[in-house]
Amino acid sequence: MKIISKEVIADYAGVRIVRLLIIAPEISQKALVGQFVVVMTTETGERIPLTIVQADPQGKIITLIFQEVGLTTKALGALNVGDNLYALLGPLGKPTQIKNYGKVILIGGGVGIAEIYPVAKSLKQAGNNITMIIGARNKELLILENELKDIADKIFLVTDDGSAGVQGFTTLVLEDLFKQDKYDLVYAVGPIPMMSKVSAISRLSNTKAIVSLNALMVDATGMCGCCRVTVAGEVKFSCVDGPEFEAEKIDWEELGKRNTMYLDKEQHICKIII
Amino acid sequence: MPKVPVEVKELAAVFRVGNFNEVVTGYSQEEALSEASRCIQCKNPTCISGCPVNINIKKFIYQITQQDYAGAYFTIRATNNFPSICGRVCPAEYQCRKVCVLNKNKAGNVSSEAINIHFLERFIGDYGMQHNLTVSQKNNLSKNKIAVIGTGPAGLCCAGELARNGVKVIVFEALHSCGGVLRYGIPNFRLPREILDAEINYLIKLGVEFKTNLLVGKSITLDELFRQGFSKIFLGLGAGVPSFLGITGENLCNIYSANEFLTRVNLMSAYKFPQYHTPVNIGKHVLVVGGGNTALDAARCALRLQKIQGIKPSVKIIYRRTEMQMPARQLEIQHAKEEGVEFKFLVQPKEFIANDRGFVGELTCLNCQLGDQDVSGRKRSEVIAGSDFNLPCDLAIIAIGLKANQVLSSVTLGLKTDKYKDIIVSPKNMETSIKNVFAGGDIVGGEGTVIEAMGMAKKAAVGMLQNS
Repeated sequence: MKIISKEVIADYAGVRIVRLLIIAPEISQKALVGQFVVVMTTETGERIPLTIVQADPQGKIITLIFQEVGLTTKALGALNVGDNLYALLGPLGKPTQIKNYGKVILIGGGVGIAEIYPVAKSLKQAGNNITMIIGARNKELLILENELKDIADKIFLVTDDGSAGVQGFTTLVLEDLFKQDKYDLVYAVGPIPMMSKVSAISRLSNTKAIVSLNALMVDATGMCGCCRVTVAGEVKFSCVDGPEFEAEKIDWEELGKRNTMYLDKEQHICKIII
Repeated sequence: MPKVPVEVKELAAVFRVGNFNEVVTGYSQEEALSEASRCIQCKNPTCISGCPVNINIKKFIYQITQQDYAGAYFTIRATNNFPSICGRVCPAEYQCRKVCVLNKNKAGNVSSEAINIHFLERFIGDYGMQHNLTVSQKNNLSKNKIAVIGTGPAGLCCAGELARNGVKVIVFEALHSCGGVLRYGIPNFRLPREILDAEINYLIKLGVEFKTNLLVGKSITLDELFRQGFSKIFLGLGAGVPSFLGITGENLCNIYSANEFLTRVNLMSAYKFPQYHTPVNIGKHVLVVGGGNTALDAARCALRLQKIQGIKPSVKIIYRRTEMQMPARQLEIQHAKEEGVEFKFLVQPKEFIANDRGFVGELTCLNCQLGDQDVSGRKRSEVIAGSDFNLPCDLAIIAIGLKANQVLSSVTLGLKTDKYKDIIVSPKNMETSIKNVFAGGDIVGGEGTVIEAMGMAKKAAVGMLQNS
């Protein structure tokens, strides 16, 4: 649970995205693409889920990338090399189904870019043709550009302010791509509005879309139901049934609302502690 | 000889609802002596058969009367590893006290004349803890090491039994803290954390090793544990997955499973937010659905949170049958009433209605009436058509039971489960369909009590010791 490397990979106007390499022998051996860990920074901290971006079983290391958005991610970002996490549990969730689908579009929004990286790598190795759309607020927050360029057959950069690539939204590029060609699968990770838009666009083009959800969790082992989401009319737990689901079957409105459940508490604690 | 039952001291309701301090403060030495002296020392005591782990109740009560508290402690410990826990959470009124010959009410609720066996057990357990009494331990009879999965009542009990018999035990826990439902489910005001910690430390003194943050089935498989040299494995996984009602609006914000609400409050200490960082919401009109101990725990936690946050307490328990059919302990029902929890009997939820922000605002309910007995032997609750009415509800907690967690069974080939996904075991020794893998507790029998889980774990431990 010791941090052996820390790198701030993006830093813009106080928004930081941090990469940590952590010693985790068991997890590094077991982790499959698409799985996640639960992290606690201190005994008084929250349990938060983070996607395993990379697992190196030889080095017994896992890589986590996260944006400092709330108290817990800020506390995690404040840890340094040599520090130990208070708790680290994983690998959790069902892994991504890696096979040769054919032509795949991967879409990453914000820190979601980090989460599509391992999926892109594995899908490429499985023989897929990879088109990638990565988007962020601006050039500074567009992470892993070089790593992803090495994997992608085609890559589109998108920023809100046009400081890199196309100005606008990832979903606009997706719409354009569907106008020109047919694809076999879409895989997206990002903010809920982005993923629900991806879902709607893919559906119109009769293309299956998979998303990896960032639901709120506590134990993350199926015990509490905090992360429940309605999929095809059935209640599923993101932690054990997911985190990936078929996008068009998700009740996006419900999920969007559920993720706002603690907004006021989050603002309160950030104000008084940070 | 005093014939009047000795009532146990409790914090007054007005003083206890503003905090999570223990409600029942327990017997003093004088009180324990007085209560023990009421025991008539039956020639053929029936109480012992009422205990799932067959504590020699007659003997330990006699030892109390002789002021041989250490002796009483060792008598209990001979069959029960956790007297301080069981003395607090056992539903004695359905077990030992129910069959006490002094109980005048054999059919319904236990009468007050029945000896307060649980309070005496608690007194002795706490005495042993305070005086650092330790039981003797056999030295390394077996070279084998055994893995215990889960640190709830079953896992802790099995680990204790094995360790006392000289077996090296390593216990695996998925969460960051041990105790299972004793930690995440049962609130501090019923089972203080220091008591739980002390009972776990006792196992550590016996040489039991605890490994937290390891989810067997994900972090490590049973095969891998065998390859690491464990000769046998005990599965004390618990009944982990909360059931929901399946009604419209159940996923609105501020609708919790009891497991989530209690886990946030108890395991993550959300009642100390923001000093502890895990949040939990609270409302002005809290509804708790269910009639078991979990529903009562959740209701009493919610009421305390309201009080702590300066909200006028309003917590209602909604139960579709009547108080007579409630599976919760009588003592807990009484405590909840004293604290101001309201009960709505013969009411069934129909639909949660949202406010404009996606949070729950109201619950539409239906009135019910009691019908014939169902398979559980309780009277069926029947909905009265057209009896719809609404209750204000800005936070709801669903406490209608738990199902088996399938994280391990779904990845373990050959581990046979029944239609409820509970693990099937041999009733003889609790061995599962996989050789050298044993199981006990809620993952075997479905939801039961702490002491029932311990009873199964003990049986499994005996089975594991027989051929190790």
